Amino acid sequence: MSSDIYKDIILDYYRNPRNFGDLPDADVRVKDSNPLCGDVIEMQLKIGDGKISDIRFKGKGCAISQASASMLSELVKGKTLEEVKALGKADVLHLLGIDPGPTRIKCALLGLKVVKLAVYAHLGQTVTEEVKQLV
Amino acid sequence: MVEKLTTINAARIRGDFPILRRQVNDKPLVYFDNAATSQKPNSVIDAIDQYYRNYNANIHRGIHKLAEQATLAHEEAREKVAKFINTKRTSEIVFTRNATESLNLVAYSWGRVNVGKGDKIVLTIMEHHSNIVPWQLLAQEKGAKVEFIKIDENGELREDEVHELIDDSTKIVCVAHASNVLGTINPVKDIARLAHRYGALFLVDAAQSVPHMPVDVQDIDCDFAAFSGHKMLGPMGIGVLYGKAERLEGMPPFLVGGEMIREVHTTGATWKDLPYKFEAGTPNVSGAIGLGAAVDYLQNIGMRNVHDHEKEIGGYALARMKEVEGLEIYGPMNVDHRVGVISFNLGDIHAHDLASILDEDGIAIRSGHQCAQPLMEFLQVPATSRASFYIYNTKAEVDVFIEALEKARKIFAR
Repeated sequence: MSSDIYKDIILDYYRNPRNFGDLPDADVRVKDSNPLCGDVIEMQLKIGDGKISDIRFKGKGCAISQASASMLSELVKGKTLEEVKALGKADVLHLLGIDPGPTRIKCALLGLKVVKLAVYAHLGQTVTEEVKQLV
Repeated sequence: MVEKLTTINAARIRGDFPILRRQVNDKPLVYFDNAATSQKPNSVIDAIDQYYRNYNANIHRGIHKLAEQATLAHEEAREKVAKFINTKRTSEIVFTRNATESLNLVAYSWGRVNVGKGDKIVLTIMEHHSNIVPWQLLAQEKGAKVEFIKIDENGELREDEVHELIDDSTKIVCVAHASNVLGTINPVKDIARLAHRYGALFLVDAAQSVPHMPVDVQDIDCDFAAFSGHKMLGPMGIGVLYGKAERLEGMPPFLVGGEMIREVHTTGATWKDLPYKFEAGTPNVSGAIGLGAAVDYLQNIGMRNVHDHEKEIGGYALARMKEVEGLEIYGPMNVDHRVGVISFNLGDIHAHDLASILDEDGIAIRSGHQCAQPLMEFLQVPATSRASFYIYNTKAEVDVFIEALEKARKIFAR
């Protein structure tokens, strides 16, 4: 009963998402959706000293989108905003441990897009085309 | 007299569809996404191939041999389509790009002249976006209102709402003949009669019915009907608008320019007769010819047989799906009230995850909002999975599908 995409770790993060919920004293909150499938992710970031000091996410959608957002929230916690801006598709694939293919990769990248949107919003900077094209 | 077949010989039919021989992820392809688009038989592929190899030319204007052959073939395809849905006249068939364009044509051309402030457009909650958004735009522009007939717990239109919503202020009633989500076959003949009693026009979105069952536009007595070629074994990029001649004649053109004019002067222009008034620019000749070949193929099987086959496969699938733990089906359970389109959700597995797991076993289904977000909202589900069948599908394929559903259930039960 194996499935290449749905490894135990992805299902575990889907069933028991880490950093799920609200951050009442968040400095920035950003929500975005994947127009193709309607998956929604909201990221709430607490920022201090140029770093993400705390993070929560909320969302609705498939296992790939929700699990990767949760994994990503763990990865970015403690990272500087510049480090987050430098993250890319390869980092998300590394977290998942699989390549979900050209269609489902959009699901996996939604969390990354939203966390980057939050960073750009906090810095008051214009979002790059590269970030807009993630999903 | 053609021999009455109780079931289609799917094995023989499958031989006509080259794509069904391919493997997906090392498994034989199980194609259950027919409501999105159908596969194409050799005869359709060959008809298109022959056109481009032997008589490709622009039609209507050329005097040379190729132009003459291409024009004949294009108009022959129109006649085939006209006979297929039993129009009164061949000129009542307008070729478009797809059902969406056909619906936009009516909303734009008929709607902008005939719908005004305070008028009502009646739709159903199970319409595809393409039979909602053109009417919403029209209503916004004209100050008209759009109202939706709701459905009951079986996924069938509520008769009380049909009677309540259609009234003297109603200008047009637009209803899917068969739902692309629920599979429900709607009582279009009854609704047409009611609409006409109030002086409203009646439009049928036949995208999911013309490919799958006998459709007779004169019997329904609809003013307009729209459907796409690619869902009925034909190529993509060719669609059909049927309109009663007296309706089409009274309408201004939609797209304008080449092919559709009679005369152009610096002071203005006049239009050709039907159907050419609505066919601006160089048409999709190969598409029309391919659609003609698709109609031939379906006629040869017989639309009653097509419908019976899908009823049998759909009925078998419904019965087997009911056995899967946690599986919820949307739409009528009575096979007489539906086409072979089954929308469902399996436990709390998101539709996209389910489609990915099935794809690993070579099974193609659709997942998402199915281009019917108002219906998804009404059903209170974010998305559904959808299996939809056609003439080449078999019970053995349904068994493979059920096995994969069980596999998905077990993966997510871990």
